[in-house]
Amino acid sequence: MSTHPMTGRPTRTAHILIATAVVLTLALVVAPLVYIFSRAFADGWQVYASNIMNPMTLHAIGLTALVAVITVPLNIAFGIAAAWAIAKFRFPGRGVLVTMIEIPFSISPIIAGIAYLFLYGRSGLLGPWLLEHNLQVMFALPGIVLVTMFVTSPFVAREILPLMQAQGSEQEQAAVTLGASGWQIFRRVTLPNIRWALLYGAVLCTARAVGEFGGVSVVSGNIRGQTNTLPLHVELLFNDLNTTGAFAAASTLTVIALIALVVKAALESRRQAH
Amino acid sequence: MISLAHPIRRKRVLPGLSLSLGTTLLYVALIILLPVVALVLKGAAIGPERFVAIVTSPRTVAAFKITLLAATAATIINALYGLLMAWVLVRYEFPGKRILDALMDVPFALPTAVAGLALTALFSANGWFGSLLDAAGISVVYTIWGIIIAMTFTSIPFVVRTVQPVLEDLDPALEQAAETLGASPFTVFRRIVLPAILPAWLAGATVSFARSLGEFGAVVFIAGNIPMKTEIASLLAFIRLAEYDYNGAAVIALCLLAIALVLLVVSNILQHWASRYREANR
Repeated sequence: MSTHPMTGRPTRTAHILIATAVVLTLALVVAPLVYIFSRAFADGWQVYASNIMNPMTLHAIGLTALVAVITVPLNIAFGIAAAWAIAKFRFPGRGVLVTMIEIPFSISPIIAGIAYLFLYGRSGLLGPWLLEHNLQVMFALPGIVLVTMFVTSPFVAREILPLMQAQGSEQEQAAVTLGASGWQIFRRVTLPNIRWALLYGAVLCTARAVGEFGGVSVVSGNIRGQTNTLPLHVELLFNDLNTTGAFAAASTLTVIALIALVVKAALESRRQAH
Repeated sequence: MISLAHPIRRKRVLPGLSLSLGTTLLYVALIILLPVVALVLKGAAIGPERFVAIVTSPRTVAAFKITLLAATAATIINALYGLLMAWVLVRYEFPGKRILDALMDVPFALPTAVAGLALTALFSANGWFGSLLDAAGISVVYTIWGIIIAMTFTSIPFVVRTVQPVLEDLDPALEQAAETLGASPFTVFRRIVLPAILPAWLAGATVSFARSLGEFGAVVFIAGNIPMKTEIASLLAFIRLAEYDYNGAAVIALCLLAIALVLLVVSNILQHWASRYREANR
């Protein structure tokens, strides 16, 4: 049970603090989670199933999965490249580059969406050129993918960069001396060292890519059955006063979030064991 | 000439600099910097007079006031709640501690639109919390309280996760010594714990504030979005776009961008300070 940190005796203060922490967390974090499922199943399993099987909802699920399937591998490649360059080499502007990689974390996704609109939109920087070549970026899949890439780009890099910096590059240097090629070094030396952190970053990146709302809502144009991702579909159903449908769609996103948290916890205990 | 710069190679150089750095720079330039540059150019084209006119228009001023006020309130709540959680998770052992720890990441993983939907329904007149508060004559949904609750939820992890590692490094023996010398628990906290965790605590609060300022998904569901009353800045920028008022959208987005970049610098300085403090105490 709770004990005094120094004497090992349980203290009254400890009991009060733990109780307060638990009650606040139950109200702030657990209640919304439980509520989502209780409302999704409020009208029974059959209504839930028919809500999920609705063609519009299925389309939104498919589109969201497609965006994640494109975005996550690109961000993994970027994360590995950025961490390799920054952790293994010294070059001028390294600090600036790290800050730039972090920018999407501090910028609101809404701003990202607006910025993309001023780049690829009809009156944007590249808009006239795109129009001339009949290329549609905004209010279509490419726009949704680009904004999602912006929002989720730091996740993988942020997880593996500190790890690669802490590990140094002695093992890689040894491999070079033994005549290994770049890819061999990466596959046989670096990758095994960073695999759990890489997986962890990829899981977080996926969860965020699936759930992105603000940035996507700016660039998607909200075309029903075409550019409507799952989070946007939740809002659409809510505005249509189909609350049970909205909660059913939201419950699928919640399940993905919970899976991500379980994987995260499992990876963390694995990482500590190593 | 070039070879003179490195006359002797002390150790063999790892391969892959040009490939990895090239990929990184290309990605950063295309995905992160290019859109930001487009936004800045759009803002620059507006001209200072019109820029100021848009910023000082009553609806913009009201939206920024509401956003800053709610974000400040949410940050204060999370600074206290996050400190409590970090303390409890680091210093005590109790059943369910690991679950409590994992729950701190829920707002990171849960899509903000889902959080907004759940909070709106929970606090509406027939929801679990709303019905209780309604009986007490308090309404949360469609008021600034709703905005504060949404911002609080989405920024829960930041303070906990920055204070936690610093507390883990802090040696309880210091506190024990102070207690032995007769210091009250409050004095021990103020004189020993607080100075050690202050930089991390402030850094976490800064990030929490930045996140709250930009929060959109959770807030738009619960706020009711009443102009001059519960309309946040990012929503107003969104509305200006929908009205084809691109200048209006650009100006608000640029103001939010500037605030976000300043906060990024501040939190980096604080985190640097925090890591130096930790090094010094090792």
